[in-house]
Amino acid sequence: MGMTMVEKILARATGQAAVKAGDVLEPKVDLAMSHENGALVINQFNEIYKDTGLEARVWDPARIAIIFDHRVPAESSKTATNQKKIRDFVARQGITKFHDIRGDEGGICHQILPENGYVLPGTVVVGTDSHTTSHGALGAFSFGIGATEMAAVWALGKILNVEVPGTIKVVVEGALPRGVEPKDIILHLVGKLTAEGANFKVIEFHGSTIRRMSTSGRLVICNMTVEAGATSGIVPPDAETVHYLKGEAGVKSIPPLFGPDADASYDQVIEIDASKLEPQIAFPHTVDNVKPVGAAKGIKVQQIVIGSCTNGRLDDLASAAAILQGKKVARGVRMLVFPASCRIYQKALKAGYVETFMKAGAVVMNSGCGPCLGVHQGALADGDKALATTNRNFKGRMGNPNAEVYLGSAATAAASAVTGEITDPRTVTVARAKETPKKAKAAKAKPKAARKVKAAARKPKVVKRKAAASKPKAKPVRKPAKKGRK
Amino acid sequence: MAKVVLKLGADVSTDIIYPGRFMATVLPTETPQYAFADLEFNKKLKAKEVAPGSFIVADKNFGCGSSREQAASCLTGWGLKVIAKNFARIFMQNSINVGLNMVICPGIEASEGDELEIEGGKVVNRTSNRSFDIVPMPKARQAIIDAGGLIPFARKLVLQAKGHS
Ligand code: SF4
Repeated sequence: MGMTMVEKILARATGQAAVKAGDVLEPKVDLAMSHENGALVINQFNEIYKDTGLEARVWDPARIAIIFDHRVPAESSKTATNQKKIRDFVARQGITKFHDIRGDEGGICHQILPENGYVLPGTVVVGTDSHTTSHGALGAFSFGIGATEMAAVWALGKILNVEVPGTIKVVVEGALPRGVEPKDIILHLVGKLTAEGANFKVIEFHGSTIRRMSTSGRLVICNMTVEAGATSGIVPPDAETVHYLKGEAGVKSIPPLFGPDADASYDQVIEIDASKLEPQIAFPHTVDNVKPVGAAKGIKVQQIVIGSCTNGRLDDLASAAAILQGKKVARGVRMLVFPASCRIYQKALKAGYVETFMKAGAVVMNSGCGPCLGVHQGALADGDKALATTNRNFKGRMGNPNAEVYLGSAATAAASAVTGEITDPRTVTVARAKETPKKAKAAKAKPKAARKVKAAARKPKVVKRKAAASKPKAKPVRKPAKKGRK
Repeated sequence: MAKVVLKLGADVSTDIIYPGRFMATVLPTETPQYAFADLEFNKKLKAKEVAPGSFIVADKNFGCGSSREQAASCLTGWGLKVIAKNFARIFMQNSINVGLNMVICPGIEASEGDELEIEGGKVVNRTSNRSFDIVPMPKARQAIIDAGGLIPFARKLVLQAKGHS
């Protein structure tokens, strides 16, 4: 029998011809990511070496990434001291993939990893953050682990007893209607699966909607698979993956792409018709409490948050700016915008989105996790309701257990900022979307490079593990479609 | 035998067990003070009204949400045991790694105040006189539990790799 995407990745990582769901393996790790919780990892790492007489050295400093994002700039002396401890450790160990609090290369870990080309298709990525599932968007098996587990990875270079997860196949077909975004697909799916529906499983995404989607949109979808309990989400890599890695992430050499076998066995297959989808809202206090936006009509909100590792990317900001252009954020509403990385922030500046936001009355904050986890910046008052493009609405999530958080897309958030109540983005006027400067330039200035990417796209190399291995699932795409809207 | 001191429903998130605003506190010696910080139960813990070895009983998907290990270490610190119908993946792995006593018991029925005992692969509810099967841990995970957590387990591996014993 054939293997799923993740089974194939794990077979390669352990040097076996085949693995199957339920096997317990110790795969080698290609990339190990931490953020401020690196302080705890360091503590546990040193504990491992305590009284051994051995020097505590990480297995491979080039495979460790540490990104400061959760509390930047530090909100307290305690955090600042943790960050300092990490900085010293990074220097001592020679860790190179380190992103400090900086305006040129800082940002949220789940954006920094992809945009810097740290994640490659077919690799094994672990991170001390549950949304490490995001990087499945690039065709990696990428999942969240705890700090002590990470300490063991730093010491051993492999991850102990990984049970090969079963896989749920999700096929999304059809064009997304105007005003409906990738966020709405994943909210809908989480609602359908429930918070534990994919526990200990991987969700593998297929279908024309996913194929046409940009890497940015795929990151949104994989990011939130953990909200259904999934170990990870994964999109078999294709031409768009190559386009993103070469164009955005500056990766020179991309490993041969492979997809799942045609006869792979799945625990469950779910089909979604994207063309029938409406904007979705996750109601408090669980992410699977999902209803179409109409059900939330008229709910007054006091805070709008656009950002996070889910929806703080350039196309999210573009979508929100197109709605806010020439309009005002309603009085009594605080709108906070957090670009997911400083690179995105700079692009948003160039594209004029930041100006649009500020003129509308939004506050544009520094890149980072911001109010998403309720540690600092943008805490809610008792009784407040917030609509956020983030990924969790658990009680207390935005810093106050006596407040409510609703989740939706960037378009829904922007539309709601204008009216002051949860609003269907299909009912507001949208300024004609401008091409982002980068995309326009790439199309004009680099025809040769673009052609090359396309050529590579038409013929993705496939590694055949068996004579009977199937053709790649990945269908070549000519042009990476814009996320969400047509 | 010990008491059920807290009964919880399904999908108890790590934000309930250990709210995000305390995440700058990381050391296992310091995290217990914030266990269930937004519930009354936290006050009972701090007033030392909860005996070590007491049980928390929850429904499905206990520990869903973030990967924060504080959510496991804060309970270990009070010597609590958690019985749930099942656990979210990262939380379960973290619990094994930091030595939190956790039991998967899909049929568990118990109320606050009930006296429970773990006996021969079952949770026995002495108050209702009923018993419920425990799902055993896979071998590889049991090995880490038996070693006393991942740190001693990994220490052994590190020493082996360097040819010590
Ligand atoms: S933005 Fe929110 S969900 Fe994403 S890594 Fe930061 S805290 Fe976690």
